[in-house]
Amino acid sequence: MSLTILNAVVAVVIAIAFAALNAAYLVWAERRGAGRIQRRPGPNVNGPLGLLQPPCDGIKLMTKQLMIPGGADKALFMVAPVLAMVPAITSFVTVPFSDTIVARSMNIGVLMIFAFASLGAMAVLLAGWGSRNKYGVMASVRAVSQNISYEIPMLITVITIVMMTGTMNLKEIVGAQSGGILNWHIVPSLSSPLMPISFLIFFICSLAETNRAPFDLGEAESELVAGFHTEYGSMGFGLFFMAEYANIVIGASLITILFLGGWDCPLGLFPGVWWFLLKIYLLIFSFIWIRWTFPRTTIYGLLNLSWKILIPISLFNLLLTAGLLKVF
Amino acid sequence: MGAYFSDIFLGLWSLCIGLGITFKEFFKPVVTVPYPYKTIKMSERYRGHIELIENEEGKPKCVACGMCQRACPSGCISLASKSVEYEAEVKGEMKTKKKKVLTKYDLNFTTCSLCGQCVESCGFGAITFSKDYNLASSRKEDFHFDLLNRLKERNS
Repeated sequence: MSLTILNAVVAVVIAIAFAALNAAYLVWAERRGAGRIQRRPGPNVNGPLGLLQPPCDGIKLMTKQLMIPGGADKALFMVAPVLAMVPAITSFVTVPFSDTIVARSMNIGVLMIFAFASLGAMAVLLAGWGSRNKYGVMASVRAVSQNISYEIPMLITVITIVMMTGTMNLKEIVGAQSGGILNWHIVPSLSSPLMPISFLIFFICSLAETNRAPFDLGEAESELVAGFHTEYGSMGFGLFFMAEYANIVIGASLITILFLGGWDCPLGLFPGVWWFLLKIYLLIFSFIWIRWTFPRTTIYGLLNLSWKILIPISLFNLLLTAGLLKVF
Repeated sequence: MGAYFSDIFLGLWSLCIGLGITFKEFFKPVVTVPYPYKTIKMSERYRGHIELIENEEGKPKCVACGMCQRACPSGCISLASKSVEYEAEVKGEMKTKKKKVLTKYDLNFTTCSLCGQCVESCGFGAITFSKDYNLASSRKEDFHFDLLNRLKERNS
């Protein structure tokens, strides 16, 4: 085996391991975090601090029987969970963790991640449609309309960033922000004074894109049983669950790369992968924090927020930035 | 136009207030009692099943008058006693006197309704409610309590 192929294989294995480990332990973190916010301990029986809970849950899910409901479309039903997991893992390939740690640095990294992210909506649609369950179909229709309407402000915000940096390569986008907190994109600059608002818009959109509460209409337990994965048990459900958490890590990485300077230190000292990890875990903590603070929105409130508030403001920011880039 | 922006800002501000509250709660101590490992002390007025009270010598205070047995609407108390002769000094003279001593005090907790009539009726303050609430069993014999035995076990 030549060295380049070996490199690629090692990179893929590390990417999968990182995604799977994160997915497993973010469930633990989420449950512990929810517990703290509600002033209860959370899972604490298996192992110290309940740290053995994720492997136990995994074993439980894997030993269960995979049921396929009678009227279901078997092919779509089986493909959907895999299709949910594949884009989540694949997106890790182009995420730069530091100057040197990146599996494949592509010139169209941003484009690739968003292309794969929209595949995730497809998986949700197939899952709901394939399982021939009315709650599943309703949930997937909701999730898809939500994903479409939140992809627009998200992409407009990304276009603003791409305009400012002149590149779609994630590594170069981080490179453009190096040298301390004042160079990060979250701080307003001369050419783009509305950047903090853009950050907020992107943050809200990534919450909605990952189907997180308060935008988790795709799996609204109180009205739709379990949403699009109502009919899934065993590892089929497990894959959806892992994909959700892998997507959260991707979302946090993207926010870090686009707005928070990636692996750059706020003071310009010791840039490295630790800063990147610190930032994404702080963001993930805020995701968990938000989930256990706010109640679920209605579908109308959700779509109104996107079409009436986020899209106009992000479009305005895009035009303003375009104009100011021409001036300065 | 002004209403549009003020709506957004007020909405955002209310979200921040909510986040602030949960952030404060995050650092407060946990209030859950991990039940089987830790139990909380029951309050003074908690009514469990009845329990005999001991005197200074570690013997039951009960004089076996049988008032509790008669007061019980469910008939779940049954007690037995025997007469014991003992020497006591009365006006400078030693005399043999008789008194009743409790030999058996059974509580059938399966029919007890925890009304507390027995505790009310006791003229000697010899019975009280226990604070015991971890009572679960699949056999009804486990709820036929021998209160004399329990008193002995408590003392040993």
